[in-house]
Amino acid sequence: MLLTGIMSESKKQKAHLQFTLNDEEVEVVFAPHKTLLEVLREDLSLTGTKHGCELGECGACTVLVDNRAVLSCLVLGLDVEDRKVLTIEGMGTTAQLHPLQETFADLGAAQCGYCSPGFLLAAKELLDRNLNPSRDEIKETLSGNICRCTGYIKIYEAVELAAAKMRGEAVEIAREMVYGLE
Amino acid sequence: MKNSNNGKDGKPLKVVGKPYRKVDARAKCIGQTLFADDITLPRMLFAKLLRSHVPHALIKNIDVSKALALPGVIAIITGKELPIPYGILPVSQDEHALCIDKVRFIGDPVAAIAAVDEDTAFDAMDLIEVEYEPLKSISTIEEAIKTDEPRIHTYGDGGNTHKKVSLEFGDMEAGFAEADHIREDVFFYEGNTHLPIEQHSALAHFDADNKLTLWSSTQTPHYVHRALAKVLGLPAAHIRVIATPNGGGFGGKSDPFNHEVAVAKLSIITGRPVKITLTREEVFYCHRGRHPVLMWAKTGVKKDGAITAMHFRTFLDGGAYGSYGVASTFYTGALQTVTYDVPRYKFEGTRVFTNKPPCGPKRGHGTPQPRFALEVQLDKIADDLGLDPAEMRKQHLAPANSVTANYLRLGSMGLGACIDKIVAAADWKNKYKKLPYGKGIGIACSSYICGAGLPIYWNNMPHSGVQLRLDRQGGVCIFCGSTDIGQGSDSILAYIVAEVLGIEPFDIRVVTADTDLTPVDLGSYSSRVTLMTGNASVQAAERARELLAKAVSEKLDLPVEDLAFADRRVFDVKNPENGISFAEAVVLAESKFGTIGTVGSYTPPRSPGKFKGAGVGPSPAYSYSAAIAEVDVDPETGITTVDRIWIGHDIGQSINPALVMGQVEGGVYMGLGEVLMEEMVYRGNRNVVHKFPSMLEYKSPTTMEMCDVKTYLIEDPDPNGPFGAKEVGQGPLLPVMPAVVNAIYDAVGVRVDEVPASPDKVLAAIRAKAKGQEGHFGPKGVPDVDWGEPLKVLTPAEGGDGKEMPRIAVHAKE
Repeated sequence: MLLTGIMSESKKQKAHLQFTLNDEEVEVVFAPHKTLLEVLREDLSLTGTKHGCELGECGACTVLVDNRAVLSCLVLGLDVEDRKVLTIEGMGTTAQLHPLQETFADLGAAQCGYCSPGFLLAAKELLDRNLNPSRDEIKETLSGNICRCTGYIKIYEAVELAAAKMRGEAVEIAREMVYGLE
Repeated sequence: MKNSNNGKDGKPLKVVGKPYRKVDARAKCIGQTLFADDITLPRMLFAKLLRSHVPHALIKNIDVSKALALPGVIAIITGKELPIPYGILPVSQDEHALCIDKVRFIGDPVAAIAAVDEDTAFDAMDLIEVEYEPLKSISTIEEAIKTDEPRIHTYGDGGNTHKKVSLEFGDMEAGFAEADHIREDVFFYEGNTHLPIEQHSALAHFDADNKLTLWSSTQTPHYVHRALAKVLGLPAAHIRVIATPNGGGFGGKSDPFNHEVAVAKLSIITGRPVKITLTREEVFYCHRGRHPVLMWAKTGVKKDGAITAMHFRTFLDGGAYGSYGVASTFYTGALQTVTYDVPRYKFEGTRVFTNKPPCGPKRGHGTPQPRFALEVQLDKIADDLGLDPAEMRKQHLAPANSVTANYLRLGSMGLGACIDKIVAAADWKNKYKKLPYGKGIGIACSSYICGAGLPIYWNNMPHSGVQLRLDRQGGVCIFCGSTDIGQGSDSILAYIVAEVLGIEPFDIRVVTADTDLTPVDLGSYSSRVTLMTGNASVQAAERARELLAKAVSEKLDLPVEDLAFADRRVFDVKNPENGISFAEAVVLAESKFGTIGTVGSYTPPRSPGKFKGAGVGPSPAYSYSAAIAEVDVDPETGITTVDRIWIGHDIGQSINPALVMGQVEGGVYMGLGEVLMEEMVYRGNRNVVHKFPSMLEYKSPTTMEMCDVKTYLIEDPDPNGPFGAKEVGQGPLLPVMPAVVNAIYDAVGVRVDEVPASPDKVLAAIRAKAKGQEGHFGPKGVPDVDWGEPLKVLTPAEGGDGKEMPRIAVHAKE
């Protein structure tokens, strides 16, 4: 927790970055020691990506860099020069949500919603490479994201439902998912 | 099991009982929801708290001059700028936002810095010089009981005892004399914490009219409002507290906090907005989590398992401040009687101060620990008597619509149906005591309140208020002070009002948790919100419907009783074509009555208990849960894997079954975390440093540890709940820990009388058993405490009136 005065002294030297953010070219100027998480939240005003633990354990800061899920709290802003970054804000629009965003919302897979952006992007990466994941594959992919509210079950169900939608299948929410067993 | 698809007028429910999407679900899934740290204001400053690195010390001097000289530091305050103490409970106003003469735990704040950015504030922390004079530190319950000086606080029940309680209901001697079998057991439940993924965050803005607004991730904006008014010297009418959507709370965001007061003061001093967000490490120090509790229980039973008497003692490690601790102490002794019939009951409890982060309310608030003890002891009793533990419990349930020995009034009681469901589903009878070594199955039951019967501060006002505004173009706005912490309380309001008015939930705007705009709701704690705000919104909506019905009945020339409200219309029940739109109905009503606005409120019924201490425990209703855990214990490592949990929850009536399922699954998850791995432990007697103040080291279950859950919802409507609804936010957590530990016994024949039942403890017990010793891991005993004369109350069965029995004066003996 002990930091020296070096950080405040270098305020005059900013880094200047160009990269593709949510399918658009952006340019941003920021203090060079910042993590990608901080640059997104503080310099680009995209607060959808969350912090939770400061050390890469909770997964709330997950974004996609060149289509791979990364912990943005452990990536320097400088590291995404000329690369492609996707945050929760770019996953869908209010007019057209990503199927995962729809199923998360409809099934109650987002309770407090704070971990949801991280889960959604991690799940998106999975479905981008495998539209028919098993329950075990889903669990393993999402094992780097912690949720304290849901117990994960509705999250698995939402991922499976979104995958079915994306495969073009007619989907129906199983009764016991929302009413319990008889 | 669904048996109430109809409202009380017999008409089918259209919204209540259906799995609608939450009103805020989509915003959360697109990253649009603004949590406290997402908010920025122009010229905002960033604050950090400097915290003590010693566990117990006098503050001799604080020199902030070097820090103030750092470019970018705008203001620094210390304790003398905030001399008025505060605290959540009126009886323990023992906190200062910044310590004045002493620090009481590592993490206790001593200074607050406001700077142009967080990095500068961090740098300034290093430049503040604090001179401490260390005092002897106290780190355990035993030590606190033995050590009268130095006192961590100068109030309480003597020495380092914060509170001592001694209550006796009924003739205990007679009760134990009647027993065929008596067991005494000792248990220990370690402390753990809420670990919400969102760290606490607050933003204060002292505006040009010298009025203060505080946005904060809090579960209790009304209580924060009261604390700020007390401490800041501003009139309460000039303070506005807005609870931002909580990224998880679980009771960890229910106190008024140091950081909230500090940013408010810094904003007043600087005239600029000031924001603070705690680091995860700071959240561990903020804590207010599960009290570590040492417990002794003596229970007498007949040979069929009926309880004749129960004597329960609890010892709570409160940490450095009071928080909700006095209530927590009572809660460790209140709900033992609401699940099974306990005709005679004695409770002694004490809470001590130690130099550790303060404990407070975590999901279940003081009841998971004694529930664990009770359910494990019952398992041992069943084993002693040769009875099936599920059957034994089922035979002796507390009756519905009865009053317990300690004067808690029970309403609906669906626990029997819960037990039946899961016993059948888990194939209990073919598995209990029949699975191969290493595999086991265990059962436990529990109960929880649906809202505390009394408010935190004494008053005669409603616990929940709802205001409705009806727009002449058909929209409806609900105002309520309740706080959505992820459980969906905002949506519950919309579902209920939509049901009563016959419109769609998404036609409704919900405005909540703003002390300027919304009527008081006491907050999201004690599982009160669905029941209390639900009842208040039913009242407000019915009053609105009455106004509309009167206006429409005149227009359509129909009696009011013939009008139905559904599908955004108001129409003749006998001739549905004959009707008008909801919006037109509002126009008619507004034309007739003027601007349409209604109010609803809710106050819980008074409890029959009239003795000192009767305030904790009563509730308008109690929920019930039963859980069976199937586990796999590796005898080489002691590692327990929970394969599956079957859980039955007596919900009364689901307002939204999908949200109910989410709470059940989330409760099971949190129970797994507590029983398998979560612990707040401290290093070294003198240093009392937290061992695991990070998410890397404090273990919580990931997807790989979460078990399969089979959920059964029992709907037996309670007359005191809105549409019969009871709680689900806390109940389902409670049976999980004892069910797992009972399953461990079934699997490998050892008793771990502690939570967490971590691998080292299971292994130690297995090895002891292999050596011919008792296959047991747990505390050896409890400290000796002078409990004094108990407060005695005759039970209802003995003809009691709920009041304390008069104490016989000594001289009357002659």
